[in-house]
Amino acid sequence: MATTYDIAMKQERSEEDGSAPVVAVNSLRKTFGSHMVLNGISLSVNRGETLAVLGRSGTGKSVLLRIIIGLETPDSGSICIHGQNIAGLALDRMGKIRKKMGFLFQHAALYDSLTVAENVAFPLVHHRKDMSRSERAKRVKQLLFEVGMEGNLDKMPSDISGGMQKRVGLARALALEPEILLLDEPTAGLDPISSGEIDDLILKLQRERRMASIVVTHDLHSAKTIANRLALLDQGNVVIEGTFEDLQQSDIKFVEDFLKLS
Amino acid sequence: MSNSGFTTVAAISPPLPGQRTVLIDTAVNSTMGLIGGLFEWFGNLGIFFWQVLRAAVTPPYEWRELFRQLDEVGSKSFPVVVMAGSAIGVIISLEARYSLSRFGAKSLFPATLVYTVIQVMGPIITGLVVSGRVGAGIGAELASMKVTEQIDAIEASAINPYRLLAATRILACILMLPLLTLVSDACGLLMGWFAQTLVDPLSFHQFIQDGFKGATFNSFLPQTFKTSVYGLIIGLIACFQGMRTRGGAEGVGRAATNSVVLASLFVILADVVLVKFILVVFP
Repeated sequence: MATTYDIAMKQERSEEDGSAPVVAVNSLRKTFGSHMVLNGISLSVNRGETLAVLGRSGTGKSVLLRIIIGLETPDSGSICIHGQNIAGLALDRMGKIRKKMGFLFQHAALYDSLTVAENVAFPLVHHRKDMSRSERAKRVKQLLFEVGMEGNLDKMPSDISGGMQKRVGLARALALEPEILLLDEPTAGLDPISSGEIDDLILKLQRERRMASIVVTHDLHSAKTIANRLALLDQGNVVIEGTFEDLQQSDIKFVEDFLKLS
Repeated sequence: MSNSGFTTVAAISPPLPGQRTVLIDTAVNSTMGLIGGLFEWFGNLGIFFWQVLRAAVTPPYEWRELFRQLDEVGSKSFPVVVMAGSAIGVIISLEARYSLSRFGAKSLFPATLVYTVIQVMGPIITGLVVSGRVGAGIGAELASMKVTEQIDAIEASAINPYRLLAATRILACILMLPLLTLVSDACGLLMGWFAQTLVDPLSFHQFIQDGFKGATFNSFLPQTFKTSVYGLIIGLIACFQGMRTRGGAEGVGRAATNSVVLASLFVILADVVLVKFILVVFP
């Protein structure tokens, strides 16, 4: 009979070879009043893999991300991070899980009273007490260099463009070296050139860090560029999940319409 | 002309029996909705307070943010409290001189001024002034952070927003209100004496000696330290209104207004209870 230790070792080994999902969402349901947003969704993402979640506005894509990071509570279903169900965890216990996650908000959600450098340093100040001030400054510079914002350390969020804010938001999301990266509409509201730059940046980070990523987007071109797999949502359900080619070959009318109009 | 006359008559005619039932139903429903809403608000406030309390007593402690908030609530409220306290001192001085002269009790002027400023007006005026300045500030700041997802970003960074944002602000209000009250009292007494001395010269030494004759710590300390309760009310209501805001710029405006109105109202209501409590416990 397998002991708890054997199971833990097995899980660790399967995580190491990338076969066990880092994030697994099972039968997730969420309603707001009488409006059903998620109707029993199941998805999973492995280490080093990027899953793009597509769908029309209001189909619960952002809610899905907010549930995974614990900003919303599901009505039922489970969200397993490395096999641990985090649905309904208390705020402080959830904190430990959140340190493994980086979240890029749709509008970047930078702290408007802090400079660009202070925004990126914020998680480090609170969670890396072992870091000296100079080490922290060095780390912030390195993170901002990675996202191409090293020349804007002392600027306020209001003084930089939307695309630049997203880059800073991404640097902040990467500050604690997360294993899971959640991106909510990373290219929304950006011009095609800035969108392309953000896509390249995400691809580069994925290659270097091998995180498990979930990207919520409307942008089919972006999803095709950065994701290994795509999931198309409609009315709270996953209509189809697979590679871009799988979506192209699908004869489901909703999928055909979505691809045609995107 | 005839149309408007007809409407007026129709509007004031007594309702038919069927209409009367509908009117009663509507009135009952809206009253029940109001009472239900009130209970819900107090319930949510209680849950919020419990979450803040739990976050405040468990480490890590946010000392840096607390000191920033002490400066924000204390130092930055200093000028407005000085002005309000001084004005109250002058007003009481003018009123007291006139009233006491009519009854031939001018010698009671120092004691009247001291007791009125320290026991009654100083604490409540400081509470109201701070609820206006700090309550609106906290309400608007947190509401703005809420609608721009900055509070969610704090939570997503594995930082407890109740600890970082609410506990620090509420604690700063609790600690700074008594100190600001002392400042307000001092300014009120000084300016009250000054206003009196312009008309009827009286040495400051004499004024203090007569004013505090027979006074004990119990006469003044409870009245000063009760403002910590005002601080709790102001901080708690402003943080609660701010952190549960919805609906963009309009929501931010509503949160700021509600913070000031509710904090001021509850400060006055709390004063009623606290005055009675102090009279019973510190006779």
